[in-house]
Amino acid sequence: MTTILDPTDERKPVERQITPRSGKLDGVIGLLDISKPRGNVFLDELESLLTQKAPDVIVKRYMKPTFAKPCPDALRQQMRDECSFVIEALAD
Amino acid sequence: MGSAELKLSLDDLTGKAHRLPQERPSLICFVKEDCETCNTAAPVLEALHGAYGSEMAVLLVAQSGEANAVFADRHGLTMPVLDDTACTAAFEWDIESVPSVFWLDAEGKIERQFEGFVRTDWETLTADLATASALPAAQIDWSSLPAWRPGCGSKHLDPSVFDKLQAEAEGSPIRARRIEVAPSDDVAEFMFDQGFSDGLPLVPPTPERVMRMLGGTHRDPQEVVATVPPNMGEATIEKIAINAVMAGCKPEYLPVVIAAVEAACTDEFNIHGVTATTMGAAPVMIVNGPIRERIGMNKGLAALGSGNRANATIGRALRLVVRNVGGATTGGVERSVLGNPMKYTMCFAENEERSPWPALHVERGFAAEDSVVTLFAMTGGPVHIVDQTSRAPEQIAGSLGLGLEGVFLPKLRNLPVDALLVVCPEHIDTLMREGPYSKERLRDRIQEVTMRPLSDMVQNEDCGAGIPPEKAAEMGPEALAQRVPKFAGTEYIHIVVAGSDAGKFSSAFHGWATGSVGSIAVSKKIDLG
Repeated sequence: MTTILDPTDERKPVERQITPRSGKLDGVIGLLDISKPRGNVFLDELESLLTQKAPDVIVKRYMKPTFAKPCPDALRQQMRDECSFVIEALAD
Repeated sequence: MGSAELKLSLDDLTGKAHRLPQERPSLICFVKEDCETCNTAAPVLEALHGAYGSEMAVLLVAQSGEANAVFADRHGLTMPVLDDTACTAAFEWDIESVPSVFWLDAEGKIERQFEGFVRTDWETLTADLATASALPAAQIDWSSLPAWRPGCGSKHLDPSVFDKLQAEAEGSPIRARRIEVAPSDDVAEFMFDQGFSDGLPLVPPTPERVMRMLGGTHRDPQEVVATVPPNMGEATIEKIAINAVMAGCKPEYLPVVIAAVEAACTDEFNIHGVTATTMGAAPVMIVNGPIRERIGMNKGLAALGSGNRANATIGRALRLVVRNVGGATTGGVERSVLGNPMKYTMCFAENEERSPWPALHVERGFAAEDSVVTLFAMTGGPVHIVDQTSRAPEQIAGSLGLGLEGVFLPKLRNLPVDALLVVCPEHIDTLMREGPYSKERLRDRIQEVTMRPLSDMVQNEDCGAGIPPEKAAEMGPEALAQRVPKFAGTEYIHIVVAGSDAGKFSSAFHGWATGSVGSIAVSKKIDLG
């Protein structure tokens, strides 16, 4: 654990900030299966719901080689390049 | 340590907690495993524990981490060995060296205290403990022990340990919010993600580094030096120190950074406008006076960049204060169309020793022995002025003038806009070869060689900037024949000397909007206490 001192005027909480939400459901939605059992079942259901309720949305599916390790850089970059949003199925 | 009650709360090597004061007297000795004198004292302490342990707490306070157990085994110690690897007890008790002995009464007040191994001290202590406890004196073969052996420095006085302890201690001057960066997070990446950076890597501002940085000034860490736009964040000495650490400054640079922040945040300098303008202005910082040498600033070869830590990091620290304390982020309030590499840093020292003129700070009303920082708001530069063949003073002065034609646009003249001319030593030598050539004369010469008729400024097919044709028609041929110089007055021409002895290349910085609508150069004396 490293402790550093805040160099700012401290008006904002120090956290990893969440990306601003657009409030719209559009563009390309990536569904990431982390390779845990039954993650695919959850994502299949989600994909069919999205296709029904937001027909303009394009759904793309991705899969991590193993849930036990961080997402490989190439896959992370691919999702960043191809998707507007990503939903990750943590399963369990 | 004063007469205040001494307290202690540490675990021994078996994990058992020990606290002081207890309800009985105690004998405490601070030790390090690798200290020869501590190893000399250890059997004596064990004997004291054996003799008086029933009446008083005899405790070792050891600073050596895993080697504490090695020390205990080596001497077959049966007394509690308390783990003070973090050195908090040594810091609070303010010892200097080990072994450091304290005999405390039941309230924790000091009966006796000494350091090192002076045999007579230890013999007297042994005898007095026997008297006080009414127990037989410990059996120690004093003749086998050295008469005198100095101790070793306590581990907590190692600068890296001490600064950390000081930063964390009660009464620490640190007030800034502490950010815990998780072990799985890379500190450098975390700082980028938080938006603390100008785009280059930062030195993590740990409490101990900030403490060390604060050592560079006599000023109170909580003194508010300025409010920094656009957020009007309060730039305390501490916040400036944090940003100076991140920029890579040494503590001795801090007074320069503080003066620069003061100068930048004046109404005259108007750092808000300088930062926000789409034209892309940046502070250009010049340092004068004795501090240049003291902190190793560059005034000579490559003074304008790069390779000198002081020049590079002082300029950068100002920039980081504006970004982090003021909240001026690129794309936020910072709206420059192209940006400007000077926005990373632009700071140099004047080569006063190679200048035939009063130094910039003297010209601006300070004493020669003052150390002073001067800020100019500049949009372009350094733009080189190349003349390797002029041999007469009026020629080189003329070239320096013609080299300033490009400010804003060569066609535009009579500009109420600052320019900062940096004359190199070889050009100085040419200027002076026939005798003194004053700055005033150089300024006049610059105006003289840049004189052009107003008719040259009329908008035409080649260039739509300048006087509109209808205005020109109104003015008439006589008015248009009037010749005007590049600058609206000689006061807009600022001149300093910098650079190395070889090379006939001077340089110029081009200004932004000068005056109360834009920025006015500001000088601040550097407070060196």
